[in-house]
Amino acid sequence: MRRYLLRKLLVYGLTFFVAVTVNWMIPRFMPGDPVSSMIARASVAQPEAVEAMRAHYNSLFGFDRPVFEQYVNFWIALLRGDLGISIWLFPTPVWDVIVRAVPYTIALLLPAILLSWIAGNWFGAFAARRRWLDNTMLPVGYILTATPYMWLAILMAWGLGVVAGIFPVAGGYSFELQPSWSWEFIGDLALHWFLPFASLFIVAFGGWAIGMRNMIIYELEADYANYLAALGAPARLIRRYAFRNAMLPQITGLALQLGTLVAGALVTEVVFSYPGLGHLILKAIQNQDFFLLQGTFLFIVIGVLIANFLIDIVYTVVDPRTRMGLGGAA
Amino acid sequence: MRRHRWKVLAVSLAACLAAAACSGGSQTPSAPTGSAPASQPAAGGGGASGALPRHETLYTSGTQWGPPSNWNPIREWDFATGTKGLVYETLFLYDPNADQLVPWLAESGTWVEDKVYELKLRQGVTWADGKPFTADDVVFTFELGKMDTVPYSNLWNFLDKAEAVDQHTVRFTFKEANYQQWSIHLYSRAIVPKHIWEGRSEEEVIEGTNENPIGTGPYQYHSHDQDRMVWVKRDGWWATQQLGKDVKPKYIVDIVNSSNEVAMGLLLQGQLDLSNNFLPGIANLVQNKNFGITTFYPEPPYMLSANTAWLVLNTTRKPMDDPAFRKAVAHSIDVKKIVEGVYGNLVRPANPTGLLPQWEKYIDQDVVNRYGFSYDPDKAKKLLADAGYRDRDGDGFVERPDGGKIDLKIIVPAGWTDWMEAIRVISEGAKAVGINLNPEFPDFNALVDARAAGKFDMLINNERQLASTPWHYYDYMYQLPIRKQQNTVNFGRYEDKEAWELVRELDNKKTDDLEGMKQVISRLQERHLRDLPIIPLWYNGLWSQVTSGTWKNWPSSAPNAPKHAPTMWRNWHELGAILMLTELQPAGR
Repeated sequence: MRRYLLRKLLVYGLTFFVAVTVNWMIPRFMPGDPVSSMIARASVAQPEAVEAMRAHYNSLFGFDRPVFEQYVNFWIALLRGDLGISIWLFPTPVWDVIVRAVPYTIALLLPAILLSWIAGNWFGAFAARRRWLDNTMLPVGYILTATPYMWLAILMAWGLGVVAGIFPVAGGYSFELQPSWSWEFIGDLALHWFLPFASLFIVAFGGWAIGMRNMIIYELEADYANYLAALGAPARLIRRYAFRNAMLPQITGLALQLGTLVAGALVTEVVFSYPGLGHLILKAIQNQDFFLLQGTFLFIVIGVLIANFLIDIVYTVVDPRTRMGLGGAA
Repeated sequence: MRRHRWKVLAVSLAACLAAAACSGGSQTPSAPTGSAPASQPAAGGGGASGALPRHETLYTSGTQWGPPSNWNPIREWDFATGTKGLVYETLFLYDPNADQLVPWLAESGTWVEDKVYELKLRQGVTWADGKPFTADDVVFTFELGKMDTVPYSNLWNFLDKAEAVDQHTVRFTFKEANYQQWSIHLYSRAIVPKHIWEGRSEEEVIEGTNENPIGTGPYQYHSHDQDRMVWVKRDGWWATQQLGKDVKPKYIVDIVNSSNEVAMGLLLQGQLDLSNNFLPGIANLVQNKNFGITTFYPEPPYMLSANTAWLVLNTTRKPMDDPAFRKAVAHSIDVKKIVEGVYGNLVRPANPTGLLPQWEKYIDQDVVNRYGFSYDPDKAKKLLADAGYRDRDGDGFVERPDGGKIDLKIIVPAGWTDWMEAIRVISEGAKAVGINLNPEFPDFNALVDARAAGKFDMLINNERQLASTPWHYYDYMYQLPIRKQQNTVNFGRYEDKEAWELVRELDNKKTDDLEGMKQVISRLQERHLRDLPIIPLWYNGLWSQVTSGTWKNWPSSAPNAPKHAPTMWRNWHELGAILMLTELQPAGR
C-alpha cells in the first residue's frame, strides 16, 4: 500500500515537472514579443523613452537573461510561490489575478464533475433495468456525450438567456450587485452559475449514464451473477454486486476524463464569459501574457494531478485487488 | 437519504462560491496614508441590500478589454474607463462640432507673447479630498512630462518652462511656438493633484496603479471586479455650481468586454444603456424599432466618424517606393464594396485627403479634383503600364520595371473580422489589375512587431483619432526622422523632408489663423495626393449603440438632441463625452 502510493507520488512528481516545463516553454515559442506590444500599446513616440521602457520591462520580466537562466529563475520563483507579474494587467501580480478566478472555476467544475458522475451512474444503472427507459435513454445519452460543450452552451445561452430571458447571459453576478453575504447576492450568484454548470453537467451526464448502463448489463450477465441467481439470491442483492463491480471502470473513467472535463469547463467559461480560469487563459493567449498563462496552467495541472491522486486513493479503498496485487507484485 | 446529501453539497457549494466572490471580488483599493474622506461611499443610495438601483445607474461597455488594473491617468492607454474624464479632468474640452476649445478647469488661455502662453484657472475648484485646485497642480502635471517615459514628454522638446504666477495663473514659456501641438496638449492632459503625487518616483508615476484616485471630476471610485468598474457620483463638482451642469447617473458601471455576442445580448435585454462595441450588423437592429436600439444617425452611416483607416505602404520596399505603383493600388481598391459589403454601411468612405468629416473645412476641393483618386481599375492598369509594370512571364500578374517579381502581403491582426474581410476585398481588387497582393492574418503582437520594425508590405492602421487640428494627421503621415522602431507614426517610413517642413510650418500657425492653416494644409494635401505615401480608405465609426429604457436624451442627429460624442472610450471625455452625461435624463419608467 505504502509502496503503491509512493510510486504514484513519484509518477505525479515527474508529470508535474514535465507539465510545468512544457508550460514554461510554450508561450516563449509564440511569435511576437510581449514587451514590444506593451510599449506599442503605450504609444510612446520618443525613441529614448522607448528604449528606456524596453530595457526596464525586459529586466523587470527577466527577458534579458539567457534562456536557461530564465528557466532556473522561473523554478526558484515558483517554489517561493511567486508567479510573476501579469503583462496584460500590468502591474497586477499573477497570483492576485488567479486567486480571483479560481473559486469560480472550482465552483463550476467540482459540482459538475461530481454530480454528473453520481447522477449519471445512478441513472445508467437504473435505466439498464427498464427496457423502455433504456430504449429512449441510449440515443439521448449518445447525442449528449457527442455534443460539444461549446455548442450546447451557446444554444442554452441564446435560448434560455437571450430569447427566454430567464437566465443572465454573462458574468459571475449581476452588474448592479456588490459582493456581500445577502441572500440576494447568493441567489444571483447561483442564477449566473446555473447555465454554465448545466451545460457541463448535461454533456458529462450522458457519458456516465451510457457507460454505467453498459457495465451493468455486462455484469448482470457475468457468471457470478448467474450463479447467484441460480442459488436463488434476491435480484436486489445481485444488482448490488453488479453495481459495485460496474463502478470500478467508472472510477477509472473519471480519472481519465478529468482533463477533458476541465478543458470543457474552460470553453464554457469563455462562452458565458464566466470569470474563471478559462476566461483568463483565453485572454492570456490573446495578450501574450506568458506569466498569466503559466500561472493558470499551473493551477490546472495541479488541480488535475490532485484529483487523479485522490481517485487513486479511492481506488485502493474500493478495489481490494489494487492493495493486494500491487503489494504482492513488488 | 442520498438525495438529501446532494442538497447539502449544493448548498455548501453555493456558499463557497459566494465566499469566493466576496473575498476575491471587491478588493477595494486601500486608501493611501493621506487623509481621504469619502473614499468609501456608502454602498448604494437605495435598497438595504446594496444593489445599485437601476434607475440611477448607467451601464456602459466597449472600452475596457481586461479587468480594471490601474486608475493612473498618465497611463492613457489602459487606465480604468473614466479615470480621465470622470475623475481627473483636463484644462479644456475640445468641441468637434463647433471646432473650438471649451474652458474647463481653465477659464481662459491666451498667447500674451509669441512664445508665452498664459492660462487663467477657474477659481473655486476643489479636489475630491477638499483641497483647492491651484496653479501648482497644473505646473506639477506638466512637469511630470520631464520624465522620459511619460507619454507627453515630447512636450518638453519645445516647452521651456511652466511657472505659477499666482494661485490661478500659469505661464508657459516656449522654445518654439508649436501652437497646433500645444492646443492638443491643452485638452488632453489630465491634471493631477500635486499634494498627493508629489514625491512619487518615475516608476510610481508611470507604473503605479494609483488606487483611490483623487480628482476634480464628478465621480469617484466605488468598486471594481474582474468584469466591471463602478464609479459613484460625488458631491461638490465645480461645474454644478459654476456652469449649472450636473451629471445625471449616480452610478456608472462600465462592463468589461468579453465578446460581441455578450454585448449584443446585454443590449437586447436592456441591461446595457450605452455600448461602444463594434457590433457587426447592428444596422438591422436599429432599423427594426422593436429592439429599441438607436445610434447617432438613424440611417447610414449610423455612427459619427472617429478616425481614418489608412492603408499603410512600406515605402522602403519595392515597388511601394514608387508613387506610380502606390497610386495604382489606390485606384484598384473598391472602398464602396468594403463599406457596403463588409460594414453594411456602418462606416463611410474616406475623402482622398483622409481628413475626417469634422475637418471638412480644411479640404481644398481644387486640389482633390486635380490629384484625387477613386476606384477605377482601368486607370490603375494604365498607371501600371505607363510606369513600366508589365506581365512579362504571363502569370497574370505584373512584374516591376526592373523585371523583379511582385509578391506582396497585406496584413491585419487575426480575429479582427471586419478588417480581415476588408483586406480580402483589397487583395481581390489589386489582383484584378494585375498586382499580386495576398491577405495574411498574423497574431496582433506579431503584427505590432513587424509594423514597428518596418518588416511588412502593407497593413491597415487607424490609431490616430480625431483631434482639434489636422496637424495631428499630417504628423502621423510625415513625421521625421525615421527611427529604428516606428511605434506610433509614419509606419510606412516615408521620407519627405519638404512635407515634414510643411507639417512643422503648420504647427507654427496660430490656431485662430484659419486662412494660414488652410494655405499650408492645401500644400500638404497636394503633396500627399501627388505622392500618396499612405492611402486613406474609410472613416471608422465612433461605435455607439444606446437603449432608452432607463436613460433618454442621448446624443443624436435629431433636431433638438445633444450632439456630444456618445462614448466612454478613453481620451474621448475631453472631446465632449463628459457633456453627454450632463445631458442625460432619466426615462422615468
